[in-house]
Amino acid sequence: MCTVCGCGEGESRIEGQHEHAHHEHGHAHPPSHDHPHRHEQDLNYSKGPARAHAPGMDPSRMVAIEQDILGKNNQYADANRARFAQLGVLALNLVSSPGSGKTTLLTRTLTDLNGQFPLAVIEGDQETTQDAERIRATGVEAIQINTGKGCHLDAHQVGHAAQHLSLAEGCVLMIENVGNLVCPAAFDLGEQHKVAILSITEGEDKPIKYPDMFQAAGLLLLNKIDLLPHLQFDIDRCTDYARRVNPGIQIIQLSATSGAGMEQWYQWLRLQRESRLIGRQNTAEASLQEARR
Amino acid sequence: MHEMALCESVLQVLESEARKQGFERIRTVWLEIGELANVEISAMAFSFDVVSRNSLADGSALEIIRVPGTAWCMQCGKTVSIQQRFDACPECGSYQLQVTAGEEMRIKELEVE
Repeated sequence: MCTVCGCGEGESRIEGQHEHAHHEHGHAHPPSHDHPHRHEQDLNYSKGPARAHAPGMDPSRMVAIEQDILGKNNQYADANRARFAQLGVLALNLVSSPGSGKTTLLTRTLTDLNGQFPLAVIEGDQETTQDAERIRATGVEAIQINTGKGCHLDAHQVGHAAQHLSLAEGCVLMIENVGNLVCPAAFDLGEQHKVAILSITEGEDKPIKYPDMFQAAGLLLLNKIDLLPHLQFDIDRCTDYARRVNPGIQIIQLSATSGAGMEQWYQWLRLQRESRLIGRQNTAEASLQEARR
Repeated sequence: MHEMALCESVLQVLESEARKQGFERIRTVWLEIGELANVEISAMAFSFDVVSRNSLADGSALEIIRVPGTAWCMQCGKTVSIQQRFDACPECGSYQLQVTAGEEMRIKELEVE
């Protein structure tokens, strides 16, 4: 077990590490939850349930907990989010089912945008480092997380993986989640947006079959639209379904193979990245003015 | 099967609460799971049995409190009940709904000894 944050069980591995080795803990860990719980005093009564037993006869008692099951993950996610904000990094959590063309879309994006601004990738898969190798072939820094039996990335894994990347100011960090439309919806990684990728070979009812994921996503990329002439896919119905579960979702139709629509996606990326930096420049200027006063 | 991961998180909380509040065994765990939360109750029960084996919660009962789904309808301007995320407003048929309850995944309380 890691003595710094108590992690270590399970089968997940960060590429290049056999054991969960911690040499430096650059990222801020969430504070240990050691403050007294506010419910402790009033609900920690030493009686059995429903007061069925006389005091002292039965050693059982009720303890109020009132904690989110994902509370710990959310603490790590908050720490990641704070770190990304501090560094001026735009972190995106790419989610989809397996085979949606996520890695192809990602490699094309990286090839097209490499050199325009810093990029980095965290790759999540159950096994193999093949995807990280595909990414590195584009010249972009990438680190693989193998989740073992895990079906999703969690914020703790991402926090450690991010330590292995040189996240420069203005960097766009793409976190490619495990291909799965169910579990990753619940696990906040500290990203700014979830980007859902749905290919039109999958069927137009995916948004209502897996509503949690489409509800959690800020942007939907409808991929493989070059195949539209060969398929019976009703784009209007699909976008209608997506908006039913998430009225605010943005939708871009594109094809990573033909390149159609990719420019819109890049525009969205540039705008998100710039808005992240605008806040920083304001902060920097404000503190500069403060110093001059 | 993220129910397994959820149960591992539950057990982590139980173990840390046991240290803080000084108990050694758990008889019953009450979880509050919203009807819109992406959780399969039977998978949760199965995973909990597996995860809690040889722990302080070994053999404990898992009780689930379901929280009904409700949403704020932006068209009607009131709270309505929904069964699924993509449900339309039962009163006006609009999909402009903001979920207000039913997404809970909380550890509510424990019976311990």
